[in-house]
Amino acid sequence: MSTALQMAPAPNEVTATPLLELRGISKEFPGVKALDDVSFALYPGEVHMLLGENGAGKSSLMKVLCGAYKADAGEFFHKGEKVTITSTADAQKLGIAVIFQEFSLVPYLDIAQNIFLGREPKGRIPGTIDRRKILADAKRLLDMIGFDIDPSVIVNTLGVAQQQMVEIAKAISQNARILVMDEPTAALSDRETELLFALIARLKADGVSIVYISHRMAEVFSLGDRITVLRDGRRIDGVRPADVTPDQLVRMMVGRTVDMTYPRNFADKPGELLLQVKGLTSSSGISDINIEVRRGEIVGLCGLVGSGRSEVARAIFGADPTTSGEIIFDGKPISGEPDVAARRGIALIPESRKSEGLALLRSVGDNLVVSALRKLFPSGLFDPRSGQRTADGLIRQLRIATPSARQTVGLLSGGNQQKVVIGKWLAAGAKLFIFDEPTRGIDVGAKSEIFALIDRLVAEGAAALMISSEQVEICHVCDRAYVMREGRVAGHLARNELTEENIVRLGMHHA
Amino acid sequence: MTDITKDALSPPRSFLSQDAIQLFYRLLAVFLICAALAMLNDSFLSLGNILNVLRQASLTFFIASGLTLVVLTAGLDLSVGANVALSACVAGTVIHTTGSPTLGILTGLACGGIVGLLNGVMVTALRIPSFIATYGMLWVLNGLTYWYMAGETLHGFPAGFRQIGSGYLFGLPIPVYLLLVFLGIGTLFAQRTIWGQEIYAIGANPVAARLSGIPVARRLLLVYAVSGTMAGLASIIFLSRLNSAEADIGESLTLPAIAAVLIGGTSLFGGVGTVFGTFIGALILTLVLNGMNLLSVSANWQPLVTGIIVILAVWLDMKTRRRT
Repeated sequence: MSTALQMAPAPNEVTATPLLELRGISKEFPGVKALDDVSFALYPGEVHMLLGENGAGKSSLMKVLCGAYKADAGEFFHKGEKVTITSTADAQKLGIAVIFQEFSLVPYLDIAQNIFLGREPKGRIPGTIDRRKILADAKRLLDMIGFDIDPSVIVNTLGVAQQQMVEIAKAISQNARILVMDEPTAALSDRETELLFALIARLKADGVSIVYISHRMAEVFSLGDRITVLRDGRRIDGVRPADVTPDQLVRMMVGRTVDMTYPRNFADKPGELLLQVKGLTSSSGISDINIEVRRGEIVGLCGLVGSGRSEVARAIFGADPTTSGEIIFDGKPISGEPDVAARRGIALIPESRKSEGLALLRSVGDNLVVSALRKLFPSGLFDPRSGQRTADGLIRQLRIATPSARQTVGLLSGGNQQKVVIGKWLAAGAKLFIFDEPTRGIDVGAKSEIFALIDRLVAEGAAALMISSEQVEICHVCDRAYVMREGRVAGHLARNELTEENIVRLGMHHA
Repeated sequence: MTDITKDALSPPRSFLSQDAIQLFYRLLAVFLICAALAMLNDSFLSLGNILNVLRQASLTFFIASGLTLVVLTAGLDLSVGANVALSACVAGTVIHTTGSPTLGILTGLACGGIVGLLNGVMVTALRIPSFIATYGMLWVLNGLTYWYMAGETLHGFPAGFRQIGSGYLFGLPIPVYLLLVFLGIGTLFAQRTIWGQEIYAIGANPVAARLSGIPVARRLLLVYAVSGTMAGLASIIFLSRLNSAEADIGESLTLPAIAAVLIGGTSLFGGVGTVFGTFIGALILTLVLNGMNLLSVSANWQPLVTGIIVILAVWLDMKTRRRT
């Protein structure tokens, strides 16, 4: 494929050296190779699209570029000269600025103060700030990017799009020649997106280069001058939009041969209906969700990060209030706080184990019985010894590596902590297990143990709804899957349609 | 079984649990203080003085025991003293007008409990931080009490009622029996009921507790109601012991109660501590103040010494408690 899509040199590539070039960048974290020998060239005045799945290395590359991460290996060239980027100050000196998804503005200062924060022009009296000059300079900058607003407006009264404009103005004021934008249209309306695109065109004309991370196919083709595809921390290819189709891009993003196998004994026919979600809408950004889960099934819930997967899980569990729709569990409607869901037999194994799943300073035993107190002690009287026996049983059953039930749970490894979270719902006798990224931060061996456990659970008549960004896992383990996009269910994939390509195709924005 | 960390498999650091170690230190402190005072002053070990210490400690303990539950959930109840004052004045009025001590006691308990419940509603339904909600409640209660009493003093209660605070049974002051009863109930509630377990879980991580299916709001309501009811109980003992009620009797009660909780080893961050620890805390506080009285140290020094003990106790806790 790489020969077929060999890039023809762009006009500016013949004459110009790259504004910035990265060669052979590698970055490793304990257990993960985030970037593996990635090279990347950015030419003056181009919009360079960075494409890849969740965890492909886009964010890591961006952080290396802006000096937030120090690369383990590799070289940087600025206008053909070798440079080093080991800190954000280095990157700033080279004119690199990042517009993050979460803005770094100070909410209670005005626009002008934010733009010149830390670089305020000094007033005549020592220690004071020349307020008039700040406002005038800010106004000039805002005019330059075509943003018609009073610079003395307080930032927290602005909308997302306007805050983004302020971020861009701030970057320009620091003489940024390279702007890195991480999904800048994610939170914008169509009208605001148009304004942003107009601004990008103007910046390009001024010779500013833009690295643009996007999940929306339409943008990639309408805005991009070139596309770099990353996968598993490696650069897969660099192409021009005119030379590829969306399908080819999707294949580049996912096309890996997988030799992992997870234990799964698929049932011949699914059991009775356990969970039925009808038209569920919540204020957390999901709308009209329709999902069914039967006993004996593992149902995947996929989509990009931020597509509303976790919000669906939380809404079913009662952790987020719903505004309309219906949840029918085990034949009867259910609504209310998580304690209601838990009592009815729904379990949530949350994504952030440490902050939402466990009381880290308490013991393994305390954490294992916390959801089962009512079931184990119907009289309301707690018997520590009986609780200890239950905990010991779970520790043996789940093979949790801990010296005893009295060990502080925060001292266990990620995989064992995850087993404790699952264990507490086993003790509670849950029927539906909702897993949110169950294998995040867990090593390979523990992963297959967790999957074996989930398989056993559903074989015994429970059901599982599994959110995962690891599409390989979804494809191997799930009976079928729903794919989410922008807070809605974009499609359903039966077992025989369950491929990474199909998941990515449904999860991307084609409009 | 690839997923084993070295740390998780290292043997436990000690045969005793952290709680047991900290309790041991506290009992040792009580012993050392007693030994020192006995050597310095002959009258310290007299029966009369020891009973006096226990009676004093019991008054602090009643307020502090309910407060302990609040602090276990990582909250704080600053309104307990003001609650005692209002409850005492209301209960006193009921006894005066109806002549029935029983009715007065029930009203006092109910008044305290309702105030606590209101605190709980502010913390759960309105999501106001407990520190601020109960601080506001402190002023509201003070305002109500001062308006209601209008500078008057209630005094002169039936002899039977006065027995609660100043009477003896088999040679022991009645408040000491009450102390033992509520120490037992409090300990059983915290350690041996599922509600108690859930309270510890909420204090350790409220988000995880909610996502583990614990009805967090209902448990918090309970905890603040209990704290208020215990303030109501304390108000009855005060009323009976002092044989009078004024608007300002609660002003010197809240801070010593918080001191007893902290000296007793309950963490302001929640999830760690025991009701028994709070009893020891109240005992240490009372012993030191009693000792200073016996040694004729000016009462003006007492706040300073209390402050130093609180800081020392918390600092020693932090040093002995291993952070993970």
